[in-house]
Parts: sequence; C-alpha cells; structure tokens
Amino acid sequence: MALYSQIAEAMARLPAYLGGHVAISVTALVLGLAVSLPLALMSTRRPALRRVLLAAASVVQTIPSLALLALFYPLLLGLAALCESLLGASFSALGFLPSVLALTLYSMLPVLRNTITGLQGVDPAINEAALGVGMTRRQSLFMVELPLALPVIMAGIRTAAVWVIGTATLSTPIGQTSLGNYIFSGLQTQNWVFVLFGCFAAAVFALVVDQLLALIDSGLLGRRRMRIVAGGLGLVLVTAGALIPSLSQPQATYVIGTKSFTEQYILAALIDQRLRDAGLSATVRAGLGSSVIFHALGAGELDAYVDYSGTIWANYMHRDDVKPRNEVLAEVKKWLTDKHGITMLGGLGFENAYALAMPRQRAEALGIRTIADLASHARNFSIAGDFEFFARPEWASIRRAYGLIFRERRQMQSTFMYSAIVDGEVDVISAYTSDGRIAQYDLMVLGDPKIAIPPYDAILLISPQRTNDKALREALRPLIDTIDVRLMRAANLRASRDEAKESPAAAARWMWQQIQRKRQAAPQ
Amino acid sequence: MTEANPAISFDDVSKNYQDGRVTVLDHVSLAVSAREFLAIVGPSGSGKTTLLRLVNRLIDPTTGTVRVEGQDVQTVDAVSLRRRIGYVFQGVGLFPHMTVAENIAITPKLLGWDKARMAERVDELIDLVRLDRAKHRDRFPSQLSGGEGQRVGVARALAAKPHIVLMDEPFGALDPLTRDALGQDYRRLHDDLGLTSVMITHDTLEAVLLADRIAIVRGGRIVAQGTPRTLMNSEQDEYVRELMATPRRQAERLHALVDRQTPS
Repeated sequence: MALYSQIAEAMARLPAYLGGHVAISVTALVLGLAVSLPLALMSTRRPALRRVLLAAASVVQTIPSLALLALFYPLLLGLAALCESLLGASFSALGFLPSVLALTLYSMLPVLRNTITGLQGVDPAINEAALGVGMTRRQSLFMVELPLALPVIMAGIRTAAVWVIGTATLSTPIGQTSLGNYIFSGLQTQNWVFVLFGCFAAAVFALVVDQLLALIDSGLLGRRRMRIVAGGLGLVLVTAGALIPSLSQPQATYVIGTKSFTEQYILAALIDQRLRDAGLSATVRAGLGSSVIFHALGAGELDAYVDYSGTIWANYMHRDDVKPRNEVLAEVKKWLTDKHGITMLGGLGFENAYALAMPRQRAEALGIRTIADLASHARNFSIAGDFEFFARPEWASIRRAYGLIFRERRQMQSTFMYSAIVDGEVDVISAYTSDGRIAQYDLMVLGDPKIAIPPYDAILLISPQRTNDKALREALRPLIDTIDVRLMRAANLRASRDEAKESPAAAARWMWQQIQRKRQAAPQ
Repeated sequence: MTEANPAISFDDVSKNYQDGRVTVLDHVSLAVSAREFLAIVGPSGSGKTTLLRLVNRLIDPTTGTVRVEGQDVQTVDAVSLRRRIGYVFQGVGLFPHMTVAENIAITPKLLGWDKARMAERVDELIDLVRLDRAKHRDRFPSQLSGGEGQRVGVARALAAKPHIVLMDEPFGALDPLTRDALGQDYRRLHDDLGLTSVMITHDTLEAVLLADRIAIVRGGRIVAQGTPRTLMNSEQDEYVRELMATPRRQAERLHALVDRQTPS
C-alpha cells in the first residue's frame, strides 16, 4: 500500500520532472551537434585543429560530470553580473543555462571523435576517385566522405544522446528540474522507490531516443525514407509529448529553494502549502547545492528558502567567533540586508546545530546534562562522528572550551553512528539537533553552557525583489517562531523512518496541523 | 601522329618530393596525338601513375609544362579539367554508397545535367559497356563481379563524353578471360568514339595487343617509345629487350601449341 502511494506520488511529478529533463537534454544534444559536427568537418583537412579539438573534448570528459555542472553556475553568475553592469540586462544563471552548457560540452567528445574517425576511415582511393571524377573538396566531403562515414557518425550521436540523458539527472543540484529530482530527494529521505523510479524513467527515455536514432540510422543506410521520417517524427513527438504538459502548467509566481536534505524538503513543502493556501502559486526548486542556493536568492532567482544562521555566519560572513543565539541572529539579519538586500523574515523557532548526544537513560544515570558534565567522564568514553565532524571548527571549539579528551575517536557514516550508540558500542556521538533520529532513539542533546558551538537557527529568507511583497510576507509570517525543535524532529522522523514513511509534503501538512493546534490551545 | 597538335603533351616535366630529395619524374617529354591509344609500361615505382595524374592535375609538376589540347593545365581550373577528362581508377574506385546508375551519372551530375538527360545517358552507357540495364542499373558496387565493376568504371569515365580517357591499370585485377574481353571492348569504344586514351599497365602483352604506341618508363625517365612493332624488334636497350621478350616468348609457345608440333 505504501509502495502504491509512493509510486502514485512519483507519477504525479513525472510531467514536471520529465519535461525539465527533456528540455535540457534535447537542447544540449541539438547544440552539441550544431557545434561538434561543423568543427569535426572543419578539422578533416587540418590535422593541428583535429588534435586540439580531440584533446580538449577528452579533457572535458575527464572532469566528473557533477563537478562540470557545478562549475558552470559560478561562471554564469559572474557573467550575469557582468552583463547586468554593462548592458543593464541579465539572464538567469540558475538551472537551465548552466545545465545545458555543461551537457553540451559533455556531448561533444563522442560526436567529434566518431565524425573525425569516420571521415579518416574512408578509403584514400575513394577520396581520390571523388577528385578524379571532378568533385571539389566540398563536394567530395558531402557527396562521398560524409555518407560513407555516416554509420560511425550516427554511432557517436547515439552515444552522446545516451550520455547526455543519463548525465542530465545530475543537473538537479544547480537548480534544473530533471528526473534527477527523484534520485536526489529519494537518496536524502531514503525513499528507494523514488530513486529507482528516477533511474528507470531516465533509462527508458534514453532507450527510446536511442532506438529512434537507430531507426533513422538504418533508414539513412538502407535509403528507406519511411524509416528516416518515422524516426524523426518519433523524436519530435517524444520531445513535444514530454514538453507540452510541463509547459502547459501555469507559471508559478514564487520559487522556493531547498538544499538537499529531508528537513529542507519538508520546510519547502510547508512554505509551498502556506503560499497556496493564501491563493499564491509557487514552485519548488529542490536539492540545490548549499552555496548555489544562497547566491540564487541574492540574484533573485529564488524568492524564499530556509537557511541556518550559523551557515551564514561562518560561510558568508567569515566569522569564527561564537556569540549567543540572539546576537548572531541580529547580526546576520543586519548583514543580509546591508550586503545583499536579503530580508530575514525571522527564525522558525528551532536550531539545526552540531551537538553532542548520548542515550537519555545513561546520561540521566550519570547525571550528565551538559558538555561540561561530560568532561569528567570523557577519558573513559568513546565518541563517534560523521566524516565531516572532527574536521569542523565546532569540534575544535568544543575541545578548547571544555578540555575534552576522549578515550577513542571513531568516524562512521551517520546511519551506523546511530546504531552504534544504541548498541552501546560508542558512548557519545555528534548529531544534528533537529535530526529525527534523536527522538527515535531517545537521545539527549547535551547543553552547551560555554557557548562553544555557534547557533544554527533555522531562518526564513526572502529575496531582495520580494522585500516589499506584502502578500508573501503575510503568508509566511505564521511560520515564524512556531516550530520548536521537537516538532521538527518528529516531522523529520516521519519523512525518513523506514516504517510508514511519509512524503515531505505529508510531513509538512502534519506539521501545520500541529502548529495550528498549539495556536488554538494558547490564544494570544 | 601529328606532333604539331598533340592531345596531351609533357614538355620537360619533373616531379620532386621532399624539397628535391626524391625524384619521381626526371625531365620527361612525351606527346600523345589525338585519337591515339598510348600504353605506358614500366615496373612499380617507375613514375607511371604520376605521369597519368599530371594530366588531370591530381598532381602538379615541379618543373616543366603539361598541356591538354594545347592549353597549359596550370592555367586551367583543375576541377573543370577533371570533369572533361575520363579517368578509370586502379581497383575500380566506384563509390560504394551509390548505385551503378548514380556512379555512372556522377560527372554529368556535377556538370549540372538535367535528370532526364542523365537517365538517358546512363542507359546508353550500360549498353555501351555491355551490361544489362534491368539487372545492373540499381545495384550497388558490392553486388557486382570484378569485371562488371570495371565495366561500370569505364562507363563512368565516358559519361560526360570526354575526348580524353586516362586509365590506371584498369584491367589488372581481373581474370584473364574477362580481362581480354574488356580490353577488346574498350579498344572498340576507343575507335568508335574517337577517343584519345592513355593506359597504364604492367602487362606488356596487353600493351602490345591494344595500344597504338607504347612508352616504357623506368626510374622516372622514358627509356623507349614507339609502336608495338618497332619495340618488339628493338635491340637498343637491354631492359626494353627483356621486357618485350616476354610476349614474344608467350606468342612462340602458343604458336607451337596451336600448330600441334610436339617439340622433338
């Protein structure tokens, strides 16, 4: 039953995700062909150009595709800023453009290599015959060499198509909706139905395009016009069929961003629901990279998202001192307005900070409530942290402030970390304060009386051009200071637990019910 | 033979590669009269093919002048020159992705003939080289036998009604029967159409039987030239003597066999 509803939910998102996927992969392929084919043809009689082209395309291919996609975002952001200052007009550096450019580059190697190899493979005696019967170089190329190289060239085009369609799933973190949205959100919420659905949909799409290209290929080779027409028509129909449903969806007024973890998906769904209830239309750009999302808000490509005060404090304000929660909030708010024109609507009421946690029963038995209490026991304790934790400034800061020395320090993947502390294999773990598993495993988050860990208050941010948008502010105001850490933990647990897992949207609806119930219980 | 107005002439032509370190042709002078059938004979690497390619500018000379119908080829556009000279390539050289009809019609197509005229000319040529219209017209080269392929090669060379036909070992790869038949057929076409033909061959017998005149090339020079009869009886050059001895020996043996005179 749960499986059925998950598939139903995945199907409901298919038009939007497939539409985005088809838009970037088809555009990238067409662009890639438009660039690579002429380049390959130009290089047939220029060995130096040929070497340079193949070397450049090979280098591009060695860049991991995710990195290639990610690199285009800051590049385009810079270009967009330059355009803005020079021409007074700008373009969106998020999503479509960087994805298409990176995928275009990625499609070039197979097309270039196969076209060049195919042309070089033509028998020199045939080339000479072409000149001998009175063809010009150009006629020889188009009437003899290209037709003979066609099978190899088509093989390259088919390889490029399959690569591009597969790689396009990685465009989700730079803000392009694609079938990758299933995979990225599925991985974060451990929704394997979503992950498989995304992979399956991308594979089917790749297979269909490949087979249609094969049909055109065989038509060209056997001179069967019907096959060429059928293949071409098939490609147009598949593209149009995927694009029209996503185009015909009404353009949303507001764009909400999320980073790529469960809590962010829930909060974005919550914001989305608030806006819809207020009669506003919104769309969610899910799974964005952490720095992509901040710059996208500043550039006005997003209208709202939830960030954390400590992230702004450390990553963008480059502060390494630690101040109390309210002071950090106030400084962050002022800095965001002054430097970026971003409005901090307020804190949601909970923190998602780094913390140390241990099983409640054991902590109570030992009388440990804070990290200070932990100091005297630490020599006999072992601590486990995720791969990042021991390298972060928070860890250095905790050790400095409390003089902690543990018996043993272990690094493990967070899922194993939780089972290790439940099994008593380790005594203390690093945790995120709003993690649903804190509630699930009944852990106690140890207090930080010396304020060694910077506060990570969840804060709702609004883009510069929405500063004076009353409708938006009114719709979101009810969320400010209404979500305590218990509520967030419970919602996170609902969306990530193995049994009876809920979608982020369902968890968000449940959260809103809880918020309203609390408001009714305590009238202002 | 009127030396005053040759169809093709080489005037002190040399061809060097690698800045003169390799000499392929060394001060060659040669004339081919209109309607003459010249065979060029010589060992591989002697410069035969280079000589042929200079005529339609697939290669340009390092020094000297090549003239076609009185014009210095260097002053003529190479592409239009090639379109008015037929060329039969070594190892057929048909375009594998085109049908027989398309291969034959290629030069007319490049010259911009209309479709009806091309179709008519293709049928004419298929008949001329003794192929079957219904059977061969729409076949691809891979579906033809060696002899059929070479007949198409000849038809393609003749398609745009050239006055001059160049042939690079046209019948070399064929079995003896087909080779003989094609040779005879071509000689007939040469006479009927009033062509000027230059044929490269390494088969002296073929040269002797088909050509009006033979030029013997060796080491980039023409070591002898003349009618088959004069060369057969020439005593001057040892290489020429040796070369011409082969067909003579073959003829004598054949003669002996035909007369059924058992040797002693």
